[in-house]
Amino acid sequence: MKENKKSAALFYRKYGIVLILVLLFAASALVNHNFLKPKNLINILTQISVVTIIACGEEMLIVSGLIDLSAGLVCTGSACFSAGVLVSTGSVPLAVCTGLAFGALCGWVNGFLVTHFKLQAFIATLATTNVVKGAVQLFTNGQAVSGVEKIEWLGHYKIFGFVPVPVVIMLVCVLLIDMLMRHTSLGLLIYAIGGNEQTAIASGINTRRTKRIIFTLSGFLTGLAGVVLMARLVAGMPSVGSGYEFDAITAVVIGGTSFLGGIGTVTGALIGSIIVGLINNILNLLHVSTQYQLIVKGVLIAGAVIIDTMTKEDKKSR
Amino acid sequence: MEERVIAQLKDIGKQFPGVVALDHVNMTIRAGSVHALVGENGAGKSTLMKILSGTYVSYDGQILMDGGEVRMKNQKDAFRRGISIVSQELSCVAELTIAENLYIGREPKKGKIFIDKKQRKADAQALLDMMGLPYDPDEKMGNLSVAQRQMIEIVKALSRNARIIIMDEPTSALTSQEARILFEKIAELKKTGIAFVFISHRLDEVFAICDEYTVLRDGKWIASGLISEITQDEMIAMMVGRPIEDIYPELPECGETEVFRAENLCGGVFRDISFSIRAGEIFGLAGMMGAGRSEIARAIFGMDPLESGAVYIDGKQAHISSISQAIKSGVAMVTEDRAAYGFVGVRSIQDNIALPNLDFCAKKGVLDHGRIRQESETIFDRLSIRAPGIMTEVGTLSGGNQQKVVLAKWLVRNVRLLILDEPTRGIDVGAKQEIYNLMTELAGQGMAILLISSDMPEVLSMSHRVAVVAKGAVAGILGHGEATQDRVMKMIVEAK
Repeated sequence: MKENKKSAALFYRKYGIVLILVLLFAASALVNHNFLKPKNLINILTQISVVTIIACGEEMLIVSGLIDLSAGLVCTGSACFSAGVLVSTGSVPLAVCTGLAFGALCGWVNGFLVTHFKLQAFIATLATTNVVKGAVQLFTNGQAVSGVEKIEWLGHYKIFGFVPVPVVIMLVCVLLIDMLMRHTSLGLLIYAIGGNEQTAIASGINTRRTKRIIFTLSGFLTGLAGVVLMARLVAGMPSVGSGYEFDAITAVVIGGTSFLGGIGTVTGALIGSIIVGLINNILNLLHVSTQYQLIVKGVLIAGAVIIDTMTKEDKKSR
Repeated sequence: MEERVIAQLKDIGKQFPGVVALDHVNMTIRAGSVHALVGENGAGKSTLMKILSGTYVSYDGQILMDGGEVRMKNQKDAFRRGISIVSQELSCVAELTIAENLYIGREPKKGKIFIDKKQRKADAQALLDMMGLPYDPDEKMGNLSVAQRQMIEIVKALSRNARIIIMDEPTSALTSQEARILFEKIAELKKTGIAFVFISHRLDEVFAICDEYTVLRDGKWIASGLISEITQDEMIAMMVGRPIEDIYPELPECGETEVFRAENLCGGVFRDISFSIRAGEIFGLAGMMGAGRSEIARAIFGMDPLESGAVYIDGKQAHISSISQAIKSGVAMVTEDRAAYGFVGVRSIQDNIALPNLDFCAKKGVLDHGRIRQESETIFDRLSIRAPGIMTEVGTLSGGNQQKVVLAKWLVRNVRLLILDEPTRGIDVGAKQEIYNLMTELAGQGMAILLISSDMPEVLSMSHRVAVVAKGAVAGILGHGEATQDRVMKMIVEAK
């Protein structure tokens, strides 16, 4: 029986989340005939694209035992600043670079606060959130930055008339980060630092530098998410983006990543994100109000973490 | 030793899903007797004691106490019946004072609501005085040494009118000096009729202080009897199920060429440390905890800064100011606290081996999976790590096998100086012997080994030469033949 439980835990870690996705998918297809329409399915992926790109960064951070609470507002900031640059210069590449650079800079600052001043990631990124929030308000005066139609294609063009660009960007991000985490030294260090930082240090690893790299990379992805968001909305909206960090963290956690660090995959985060998107979608199709959607999301997070803890405890008792 | 039986464990059985942890185990605990419970890791010692102390409440068989069968409902129930456990991981709150820790959860009250701090302090003082411990009850627990904290745990047990005190590996974190003080207290206390159950891997201690023994193997009761009627070798044979000759292997001849030399090292708590290690030599550092041994090793490995002094490897000065520089210079260290510094428990053996070796396990930042697998499998076989495979999570392995993984991650490199800080702490006899054999094998290949150990017979038997470290300085260096426990202790005591 112990063996069974152990392998059940391992099975959940590996495939459980896919199983849940398949079940949800089947159930959704049964209760609503509009669900299976290709347009609806693509729609789900488009809706989760921005959050999933942020989740790629959060995945690396959370596996390393870190977290970024500023991601939502950095995304907003990236959207507004890149929109501003586009409006004033008319250059799409410059606008995109601005968004990416802003994200990377915020990430680096977070990393610097965490590694140089030894702040906890939670606190450091909470501080950054407020600074960025203020800067965005100052820059936009609370008004949407519009006049960015030049970049609309990035949010709405459909490759082969079918797959929207944001979905492609999202999938490329997931693929690249997945490769990074599985096949590079940095990936191994991400898992090692999250699993046991002291051991990484005692193995001669410069963990502070590594953490700064992870934060910067994660910030870069958030900046990218901001540009995509701006292109989707065809405006820099100072009110959109806040709370995305929690949606991203939700996806990461549902995807089986342990908050204690050292365990998790970015494909898991993608599936976690799809699950949330799917639930939102089917509840929409069934005309369930957003309030109920929130409740379902909350229950889902708790459920994922409960299973996480249960499989952990099982491990301990071995 | 009195003959009065306090507790009798009869036919105790315990099953975990899929595993029989205990199978018809018997043990009789007598007043005023120190009863050794010995066996290899996983033999069921801790499980048996967890049943006696009320941690596990479902089991087969009976516990007889006070003329009838008792079943502990929980730990509190066991306390009430006079059974206390001083565990491997001490259960104290570092931020609270001694008095607060002693009475945690049962504070003397003023008017049923407020804690009577005065009373608590007075009570704590009385308990400390009774045990002859010169501590201030207002001292923070965190400021005490491990040994002192252990004493407080015993005081706590006594204050709950313990009749049986279970000590699970009490000396694993103590120096021999501290252990001796502990043993004196145990000897005093047993005269008052208290029974001790003593779990330890160190058989010399078992033979020094215990009156009776019970040997378990694979969850089965093997033998019980009087310590005076058995030899250490016989006991080991019962523990492992086969006779073990001398557990320490013969040391190979060491070479002449100097591999490592430290000149006038100063830093933190140590001053003016000089010694050299030749190829194939195992050089021991003996001394008490806090004498500065681990600190010297940490500085050589770049974990702590050196204030002054020079380190030479193969005759060339090595400038070590970080761990990665030390590793590049050919120094590797197996740290004292395995779980904290040695391995990443949630990752595979393979990942752990790759971690300090990314310089050749990755090309331009991309992992060379083929190389990692090949290196891991070779070392996995060479050290005969007992695990399903190189993808097994290190956290799931036994202590001995975890230690082998820690060694493995260094041995895939070309290491010139291997520092071993307490390499066999808390691992069973069989695994210890494997590590000793490995040490001699590595030395035989020309590696220089720096061995730090608080286990005196170990450091004396396994070193070609032993430096006695006391108060942050080398009190003297003894050769293999001339180093005896008495001489080492004498040097420690006489050190200024």
